[in-house]
Amino acid sequence: MVTVVRFPGSLDHESAVRAVRAAGGDAVYAWHADHELPAGTRAVIIPGGFSYGDHLRPGAIASRSPIMDAVRRHAEAGGLLLGICNGFQVLCEAGLLPGVLRTNATTSFVCRQVELEVVDHDTPFTRELGTTLSIPVKNHDGAWFGDPDTTRIVLSYGPENPLGSVASAAGIANARGNILGLMPHPEEAVDRLLGSTDGLGLITPLVHA
Amino acid sequence: MTATPLHRQLGLTDDEFGHIPTLIGRAPTDPELVMFSLMWSEHCSYKHSRRLLRRFPTEGPHVLQGPGENAGAVDVGDGWAIALKIESHNHPSAVEPFEGAATGVGGIVRDILALGARPIALLDSLRFGSLESAHSRHLFTRAVAGIGHYGNCIGVPTVGGEVSFDDRYEDSCLVNAMCIGLVRADGILRAAAFGEGNLLVLIGNRTGRDGIGGASVLASAELSADDDDKRPSVQVSDPFTERKLMDCCLELAAQDAFLALQDLGAAGLTSAASEMAAKGGVGLEIDLDQIPLREGGMAPAEILVSESQERMLGLVAPEKLEHVLASCARWELDANVIGTVTTTGNFTARHHGEIVVDIPASALTDDAPAYDVPRTPAPAPTPLALDQVPTPADLGAAWRTLLARPNIASKRWIYQQYDHLVGANTIRRPGGDAAVVRIPGMNRALAITTDCAERHCELDPRGGGRASVFEAARNIACTGALPLAASDCLNFANPEKASTGWRLAEAIEGMSEALEAIGVPVVSGNVSLYNESPERAIYPTPVVGMIGLLEDAGTSVGHAFGAEGDRVVLLGAGIARLDASEWVGEALGAPALPDLEREAALIALLVAAASDGLLGSAHDVSGGGIAVTLAESALAGDVGCVVRLPDDRRADEVLFGESGERVVVTCRPELLDRLTTLAGDVPVAAIGRVGGDTVDVHVGNALIRLDLEIARVAYEATLPEALA
Repeated sequence: MVTVVRFPGSLDHESAVRAVRAAGGDAVYAWHADHELPAGTRAVIIPGGFSYGDHLRPGAIASRSPIMDAVRRHAEAGGLLLGICNGFQVLCEAGLLPGVLRTNATTSFVCRQVELEVVDHDTPFTRELGTTLSIPVKNHDGAWFGDPDTTRIVLSYGPENPLGSVASAAGIANARGNILGLMPHPEEAVDRLLGSTDGLGLITPLVHA
Repeated sequence: MTATPLHRQLGLTDDEFGHIPTLIGRAPTDPELVMFSLMWSEHCSYKHSRRLLRRFPTEGPHVLQGPGENAGAVDVGDGWAIALKIESHNHPSAVEPFEGAATGVGGIVRDILALGARPIALLDSLRFGSLESAHSRHLFTRAVAGIGHYGNCIGVPTVGGEVSFDDRYEDSCLVNAMCIGLVRADGILRAAAFGEGNLLVLIGNRTGRDGIGGASVLASAELSADDDDKRPSVQVSDPFTERKLMDCCLELAAQDAFLALQDLGAAGLTSAASEMAAKGGVGLEIDLDQIPLREGGMAPAEILVSESQERMLGLVAPEKLEHVLASCARWELDANVIGTVTTTGNFTARHHGEIVVDIPASALTDDAPAYDVPRTPAPAPTPLALDQVPTPADLGAAWRTLLARPNIASKRWIYQQYDHLVGANTIRRPGGDAAVVRIPGMNRALAITTDCAERHCELDPRGGGRASVFEAARNIACTGALPLAASDCLNFANPEKASTGWRLAEAIEGMSEALEAIGVPVVSGNVSLYNESPERAIYPTPVVGMIGLLEDAGTSVGHAFGAEGDRVVLLGAGIARLDASEWVGEALGAPALPDLEREAALIALLVAAASDGLLGSAHDVSGGGIAVTLAESALAGDVGCVVRLPDDRRADEVLFGESGERVVVTCRPELLDRLTTLAGDVPVAAIGRVGGDTVDVHVGNALIRLDLEIARVAYEATLPEALA
């Protein structure tokens, strides 16, 4: 079972649940004020949105909420943890992934379809993926900044680098590969009616965890 | 020197002031006078438009809630309803564009929320001065940022809208926001209070001095040089609280915890509570000391009319109070019992134990003045003399110039700043005729658009009113959706001037005729008057927000050309004319009066053809004429076409001329006969084929060619370059 963490200001939690179901799994919510993940949690998604209204810095307040201790224990035990958009920002703020997300090079919110290259197939999330994905991105602070030499970059933008990320990074993992954060929204690319099903491949490993 | 009496400072006429004692049996206290001045303002009472608005058709078999509530609602099947409403936030946006536009979005979202409906889509209809003007560029850039900031943070997708730029909006920009919501048909909440002893619970932000008299006073007088004095009265936005308010109120509505729900908008608590009381025929007793304040020392009148944002007023039965307060606490929202329902019919307010307001609630609402507007017809417009319009030497170059005009050029710079995907239901993204959004949890979808033919309205408000409705309906029908319901936002200049009063009445007449012709009721709306400065008045701008229903979300039609070899077909009898056209670029000439029956037949044909699966694409011919229509479909599909237009008039008129009643569709060659048969009396002209990487148009003996890659640069570069 996949657990989707919900903070005040989470926006994409319902889409995340629907994506898990589209991938054949089931999902439940965990509330930010809880101290434990629901029993039976095998994988965790931190969804997109504006947790706590992006006050202070995007993800900063959410990263210190009670549920995050349980999320950290889950990841330390090797459980799969996926942070999407604001969820990626939360994981960076929590120190679970390296680097930070800075304001986009356009200095504006950017909502558009982007092309991604899968540059590391050796994580639980990417083993079954093809070489390219077409997925939407939508954020104001999505330019990853960090050390590309010591960071496991898993997904990169190409040929364009629309947000101005270092090394065109769109998604990065921890060294062990069980924590993935990305700015594009795979949960919004799971339905042919909406234009793309390329996101399913990133959600499916959570279902099989 | 005699000081101006308080009632005049507050905007009440001497007659209006004199009428108050006959309603309440004594002279009003100061707080009462402030309440009357706001509730009787144009913005709250529609005193100059109320009588005219009765002309709109408002009934239909699927209407569940017509005008008079926070929003209208229509049945979309399987026990579900769609709530819709469009509203202006023009004057606040002209004073402080970021917060003005942002709070405009917040306000319309709460109107939808007040029905217990979950907001699922937003659109914005914008009018600004020329992009040549630094002032207008500033206002526009900041308004777009404000709309994006608010919509993006609350997680409601901004899926469409439209914008145009004209000097006539230099001093009075228009920011109209539309919201669509989903609610169970048997769960629509209303704003009427009832049941003695039931409790008023104020939920959300604290009450401060921000926005005091904001919408009400600002929206009811012309803006002038001393606008800086009004800056403090513009409200401040807090979308994070709005999102929590949405989550919390929807959770409580689903649990049947509210007996009624109301948003606090213009005139704040005064308007919210007096409408609840008057609608329910009951009284309300409010204890101002129970309202959490943001700052100390606020006077009773300030508390009563504060327009602090992100506040809702729920009516709760005493036995459910504990549950409601606990839910609000879980969402980290302030919630306080501020009053109770009484049987007196009065709006009563106490402050520090003393009664400061005690007046019949209906005196504020139902007894507000209503005026007939003076009406002087404008002279009939004269047709454009073509010999006054120079023929372009190079039609291909003219075509590229037209594609790069701000009113035609791609609006990607705008909609890329809006999250148009959140919720994962957006089937047709911005850039086409209408946005298409799946109804959450259903296989049906909605097409949604906003439109207005303001130049046409300037020249002939009745024809322009018709044209605005038909353009919206054609845009809906181009996706294959059946037009279902409308919400209107009537943006006009000072109605006390007879020429404007006439235009307002004529536009409403034309809109009503067109709405009746296509069987679409108006279920909600808003009026914004006094959009003028001493130098200039806006065009009459009656914006039409419309929704349509697609029975099968998978069958929607887009505007992009599809397969090479598809036939390009022109539907409808509209005749291209340069009158009021974008090519001429001014409100000149006498555009044709849209024909009610033929327009309705074209719209019905589009819906039927899409339903039969005949259409590969469909795109309305509007601003810039058929040349722009063909270029946009080609650019969207990344494939060209070869077209011959059987019209031997001047090529610039044929290419760039405008009219209603024309749509360019494509279909597979073998389906053309079926389309022609289905069309009946609607003219069908097969004018060409999809293919190649240029758009080639033969007019008479001339071939005019548009290279797609060059066109794309012209079409895409304008807004980013102008607003960089």
